[in-house]
Order: sequence, then C-alpha cells, then structure tokens
Amino acid sequence: MLLLLTLLLPLAGALLTLALGQNNARYVSLGFSLAALGTGLALIPLVNTAGMPAYDLPWISNPNIHFSIAADGLSYLMVLLTIALVPVIILSTFGRQMDNARSFYALILFMEFALIGVFVATDGFLYYIFWELALIPIYFISLFWGDGERQNRSKVVLKFFIYTLAGSLFMLLGFIYLYQFSGSFKLEDLYALNLPADVQRILFWAFFLAFAIKIPIVPFHTWQAETYKEAPTAGSMLLSGIMLKMGLYSLLRWLLPVLPIGTIANTPIVIALCIIGVVYGSIIAIRQDNIKRLIAYSSLAHVGLIAAGIFTLSEVGFSGAIVQMLAHGVNVIALFFCGEIIYRRTQTYDINKLGGIRSQAPRFASFFMIALFASVALPLTNGFIGEFMLLYSVYEYNTLLSIVAGSTIILGAVYSLRMFQRTMLGGATDVTEDFKEITIGEVAAFVPLVAAIIVFGVYPKPIIDIAQPAVKAILEAIAR
Amino acid sequence: MKTLVYTSFLGIACLVAEVLNLRKFILPLCVLGLAVIFGLNVPDLIQLQSKSLAPASFYNGMVVVDGFSVAFSALLIVFAILLLLLSGDFYRKEEDKISDYMSITIFTLCGALALVSFGNMAMFFLGIEVLSISLYVLAGSNKRSVRSNEAGMKYFLMGSFASGLLLFGIALVYGETASFDLNGIAEYIANVQGPLSPMLYVGIALILVALLFKVSAVPFHFWAPDVYEGSPTLTTAMMATLAKVAAFAAFYRLFATCFIPSFPAFAWTLTAVAAATITLGNLTALVQDSFKRMMAFSGVSHAGYLLIGIMCLYGHTDAAIFYYSLAYGVASLSAFAIAILVAKATGSEKFEAFNGLGKKSPLLAGALTLSMLSLAGIPPFAGFFGKYYIFSEAFRTGHLGITVVAVVNSIIGVYFYFKVILAMYTQDADDKPVQSNLAYSLVIGIAVVISLIAGLFPSWFIGLLG
Repeated sequence: MLLLLTLLLPLAGALLTLALGQNNARYVSLGFSLAALGTGLALIPLVNTAGMPAYDLPWISNPNIHFSIAADGLSYLMVLLTIALVPVIILSTFGRQMDNARSFYALILFMEFALIGVFVATDGFLYYIFWELALIPIYFISLFWGDGERQNRSKVVLKFFIYTLAGSLFMLLGFIYLYQFSGSFKLEDLYALNLPADVQRILFWAFFLAFAIKIPIVPFHTWQAETYKEAPTAGSMLLSGIMLKMGLYSLLRWLLPVLPIGTIANTPIVIALCIIGVVYGSIIAIRQDNIKRLIAYSSLAHVGLIAAGIFTLSEVGFSGAIVQMLAHGVNVIALFFCGEIIYRRTQTYDINKLGGIRSQAPRFASFFMIALFASVALPLTNGFIGEFMLLYSVYEYNTLLSIVAGSTIILGAVYSLRMFQRTMLGGATDVTEDFKEITIGEVAAFVPLVAAIIVFGVYPKPIIDIAQPAVKAILEAIAR
Repeated sequence: MKTLVYTSFLGIACLVAEVLNLRKFILPLCVLGLAVIFGLNVPDLIQLQSKSLAPASFYNGMVVVDGFSVAFSALLIVFAILLLLLSGDFYRKEEDKISDYMSITIFTLCGALALVSFGNMAMFFLGIEVLSISLYVLAGSNKRSVRSNEAGMKYFLMGSFASGLLLFGIALVYGETASFDLNGIAEYIANVQGPLSPMLYVGIALILVALLFKVSAVPFHFWAPDVYEGSPTLTTAMMATLAKVAAFAAFYRLFATCFIPSFPAFAWTLTAVAAATITLGNLTALVQDSFKRMMAFSGVSHAGYLLIGIMCLYGHTDAAIFYYSLAYGVASLSAFAIAILVAKATGSEKFEAFNGLGKKSPLLAGALTLSMLSLAGIPPFAGFFGKYYIFSEAFRTGHLGITVVAVVNSIIGVYFYFKVILAMYTQDADDKPVQSNLAYSLVIGIAVVISLIAGLFPSWFIGLLG
C-alpha cells in the first residue's frame, strides 16, 4: 500500500491544490509533498526485503500492458530523491509571488507523480507513459512562469519539448519492436529476451537517443542551457535535479540489461561522447556570465561523468553513478536556489553586475560556499565520494580517458570559485548595495540541502548498501 | 441491420416536419432519433463481440452486419449527433433553412453508414454518392459567401470526376469477375489460376485513385484545403470527421474483402502515397496561419497515418483503423467546436484569434489543449494509442521505413499543434469574450471525455470489432 500511496499522493495533491484555491495552494502542495515524503520514508525498513510492496494489475489487454510497479534499491533511491527534493523546491518558491499559484503548484505535484511513476514502473509501456507524462507539466511550468522574455521563452521551451519528444518516440519504436518478440512489456520478459547482436546494436541507438537527449549527453544537449535559463528556478530545479536523473536511471534499468550485447558493442563511442561532454561542459561553463547558464553547463559536465561511469559496466561505476545522481540532485538544487535568492534581490542573473554580496549577507555567502564546494566535489561533501568512484571506474576502463575526465575537477574549481569570487567578494555594485540577508523561509529550504550535503559526504554507506543488490542484479543481467 | 433504413426515415421525417411547421422540434427530434438508433446498435455490438450473433448479410447481400460495420456505424452516429448538436446554434441565423440542413446532415450519415456496411459494389457506389452529393450542397451552403460557393463548386467538379473514375473502375472489375457482390469478386480472384488479368488491375487502380481522392491523399489532395477553408466551419468538421472516417472504412472493407491477392502490385505505390501524404500534409500545415487550414492539412497527414493501416492489410488492421478514426475524430470535433466559438467572438479564423484564450476562458483553452495534445499523439490521450496501434501494425507487417517517416512527422506535427497552445497561453488577450453555450459545452465535454477514456482504456475500444 505504501508504495502506491507514495505514487498517488502527489496526484491527489495536484487535484486538491487546484480545487482549494489560489491562497492555500502553496501550503496544500507543501503538505502533500511532505505526506509523500512521509510514506516514502516509511518504506525504508522494507527496502531490499521480500516485504517491499509491488503491484501488478492488468490494465490494457491489447497490447498486453500491466499497471505494475515495484521498487528495488535503485528505484527506491530515485523515489527518495524525488520526494525529498520536491518539498524543498516548493519551499524555495515561497519567497516569490506567483500568478495563478494553484496551477503552478498543482503542476509541480503532477510532475512529482509522473517522476515517481517513471522510477517505479516495471512495465515498459507504463514506464513510457510516465516518461512522456513528465514532459507536459514541465513544459507548462517553463512556459508560463519562466524568467526570460516571453516570445523567446516560448520558442525555447517548444524546442525543448520537441527535442525530448523526438527522442522518446524512437524509444517507443524500440519498445514496439521488442514487444514483437516478448509479447509483453514487463521488465523480466524484456530481460529474458535474447536478440541477435546486429538487432541489439541498432536498437541500442533508439533507446540511447531518448536517454541521451534527456540526460543530456553531448551532442544532444543544445536544448539544455537555454531551457534552464528561461524556465522559472523551480522548473530548472525539477529539470536538473530530478528529471535528468530519469535518463540516467533509465540507462541502468531499461537499456543496459535489456540490450547487453548492443550496449557492449557501442560502449567505446558512448563513453567518448560522455567524456567529451564532461570537458566541453566545464570549459563552456568558465565562459558563462549568466548564473543559470553556468549551472546548466556545469551540470552537463557532471552528468556526463555519471553516464561515463554507467557505461563502464562495472560495479563501482554503477554505485558511483547512483551516489552521484543523488548528490548532483541535491547540489544542483542548492545552486539554483542560490541563484534564485540573488535574482529575487537584484533582478539579475548576470555575474558581471554582481559583487560584494558576502559583506551584506554573510550567512547566504556561507550557504553558497557549501553548495559550490559540494559541486566541486571537495572531500567531506557528498559530491566527493560519487565523483571519486566514477573517476575510478573510468580509470579502470581506460587510463587516458580518466585523465581527461579528471580535468573536470580542476575546471570545476575554476568556474565555481570564479563565480563565487565575482558575485560574493569585491566591492558592492549598485544592484547589490542593499542585498538583504536570507530570510527564515529561505533558511528552512537550505537546511535540509546542506544537511544532505554534509551527512552523505561523511557517511555515504547507506546509499551504497541500499543500491548494492540492484546493482548486482543489473550486472548479472548484463552478463547473462 | 436496420440502422440504414431507420436513419433514412429520420432524414425524411425532418423534411416532413418542415411541412408540418414543426421547425422548432427538428433538432431535438434528430438528436433523439439518432440516439435511439445508436442504442439499437449497442445490443448488436455486444452480441457480435460475444459471438452469440454471427455476421450476416441482408437485402441480397447489399448490407453486411458484422463487428466492423456495427462498430463503425456506432462511431459515425456519435459523430453525427455531436455535429447536429453544434449545428443548432451555428445555423440560427438562417432558421428557415434548418430542416434542409438537418436532413442533409442525416443523409450524409446515411451515405456514411452505407459505406461502412456495404456488401455489394452498387451499395458502395451509392454510399459514396449520397455522402458526396450531400457534402457538395453543404460546402456551398453559405450562399452569400464567394468562398463557400467556390468550395462547393470545386468540391463538386473534382468529386464528380473521382466518382466517374470509380464507376469506370467498378465496371472493369465487373467485366473481369462478372460480379458486383464483394464475396463473388473475392471468390473469383481467389480462384484465378496464374497471374490476374491486366483489366482487373486497371479496374482496381481506378477504384484506388477514386478512394485516395475521397480521403484526400497526396497527390489527390489539392481540393482539400480550399474546400475546407471555404466551407462553413461545421461542414469542414463534418468532412474532416464523418466523411473521412467513412471513406477509410469503405477503403478497408473493399480491399480487405476482395483485393488482397492483387495488393502486392500496389504496395510500392501505396507506401509512397502514404509517406507523401503524411509528409506533405505536415509540412504544409507548418506554414499556415489560419487554424482551419492548419486543421485541413493536418487532416491530410492523419489520412496518411490511416493509409498505413490500409497498407498493412495482411495484419487485420481494422481495429487499429477504427481506434485511430475514433481518436482523430473526437479530437478534431472538439477543436472545430472551439474554433467556431472563437470565430464567432473574434470574427477571425487565424491563430491570432486564439490569443489569450487561456485567460478569457480557461476551460475552453484547457479542452483545446487536450485535443491538440491528443492530435499530436502525446500520452495518455487517445491520439497516442492510435499512433501506437498503427505503428505496431506497420512493424508487424515489416514496414519499417514508413514507420520511421511517420515518427519523424509526429515530431513535426507537435510544432503546429502547439502553435495554438502557445497563442492561447502566451499572447495577450483582447477584450472580446468567448462564450460557450449548453450545446457546445456538451459536445466539447463529451469529445474530451471520450478522448480521455479511450486513452486510458484503449482495449475497450480496440476490442469492439470482435
């Protein structure tokens, strides 16, 4: 019951938020997201035991589609990331007055519903529907409540929509093709397929395209920076914090074990693309003057490394990827929130116009510092463990590649510290002259983020433990 | 079995009501009558599905009652009811013409019903003619508008030309097989030793051309945009839904029953036509600035998707075609209904007319958004499963290339469907309020609900054909 409840609570919350009017919207939505967090946390004792609830109801008879959900360690961690971050995201919007607030918060909760659905679905078709469903709310959130100029924004988000839809339609073709042989979309039936190698090699790209666009992996990333910049900060948080994890999660769940031969055959190309993304994202990030664009490109670099770790097809790569997915989700949201706080007070994301904030708001500067350190992967922050494991896995795969990928740490330090220096230090400019210290509400959103950064930086073992059986199972499925 | 007869009587009753000066009651009478006829179809459908009623033919094999004909009849009757509900308001200005309009609509439905249930070439031709002639009249029914006159004339000239080809084709097929009866023709073709005669191929080719014309497939589509734009919007809606679906059902029925052995000869042509129809329809829809023209061209590309269903005849694609027709039909109907309301308020059918609808009337804007999402094929709406079924049939029968073309086009389609959504939500509103009335709200509501239910439980509908 608990798993189903975790999935359905946000949906119910979305409907109620719509129904209960503009003034209550933010509190109703926060309440429901916390309730989902509560039910999700209550599942912890059941993870990786036989008692973990799973549901399987026949839904559509032709084609054979089941409403089947279940959560192993991997799925559970993803769900946990989602349900933990959404309340923070909702909290982070409290400082800003929204037009038509009830639609805004309802869409966020609807998005949460779709995201959880993606992570727990064990029927390929159900998974696909949730995957597409997640696109609709984020499209409207970015379109209506975005930051940029309206005409440009509608172009940018439409590009994003069409781009990602294009990818997923090829995935749909892939699923239809698999269905010809399996007669079902269920995960175990797809795992049991033994397709010929040449078919797998081609089919690999149908799935990979969908995931690569969502993650995004270079060269499918061109929608990302613009969309992050135009979307409202809450939308950028949803996109970068949770939604792109859909792509990474899907690699582990729906691509590698289903098409192992195709994956192994294409690994060299894909890892090369990932590493190119790491370096490319880092270098471009150095040149950015817009805070949101800078975060977008740094995010490109981080997820590139995660994807590279996944494609090393090793246990340490998988575990590192999972740890880093969670860490990146927390860190990027913390960074976007810092950007949002700066924007609220100065109405700009332009680094050139900022400076000297630390002297006005030292507490904010400390939070910003912690978020940046985590993003740079300083030891004792959550970013370190994951990045280390990922680099290690790439090193085992190919030494030269790992040296190239390792440059991300140095480059990351360059752009992050440069941003910190130019926004926080130096003399105040006319927009930062009366920069107000962060409010209680903003601190409330920061505290859980910083706690997660430090706690999982010092003691990441629980994450690795929870993920381990799932990682082993996936490796077994690949090696079958 | 009696559906066609009852519907014809209903049409005549409309005309009689005019004579008896019962003009006010015509609309309720028609809607009620059609609802009853729909109700009569339901038990048949259930019995056919559970196999307690065997498919049978009536009137010397003229009319066939099987899962296919009953399901499509029910669908077409639903379309007709929705169209009639819309027409009450649309034709209020010309109240003295209401009985003509209503009866012609119902006769159009008669033609459509004949097209989904014929068992004989004569009935097939009658159906096409009844359907077409009614539509010629309706296309030109706004007699003071030059565009409407042009539309009627154009449609008539092109349509009668196609009918001529069709008749010629039927004659050639008769010359070869000595039968008008579909089963007779099928039996003859199945028993031919060696290759089929050229005369038969020419006959089939002529029939094919006529049908491609009727469903507005490329390269026989040039009439469609002008006729769609010139006709009164409600007639456009009727052509895009009722007429197109009936023509496709007839297409499927004729070729699946008789001509499968001759099909390999046309495989390449049909594949090319389907690919061209989807692609050209889509690309042209991209550059339109009128909503109605956009719908016309996107309708052309939807015809292309349905053609894929015809191409894959070996796979028994009737269920896929039925589902796609349903999804496409209801989404188009609600879109057209909203377009009529918007045009009434703003006097324009361009995309700009929809500006700010999201603020002016959130419910209408929401309904139009759902319809557009469904037409674009975004899950979980019906349009998505329609595409899914068509694609999987194409995969099953090995038509990989056309599937990729279709997928690429689905992506292009998103762009112009979202143009309306963008206009509604991101542009500033003018001060012309858009108001709906009971009938329109009802139609839009029904269409949206069907779209959602069909999307969430597609197997209910896909199983209807038994």
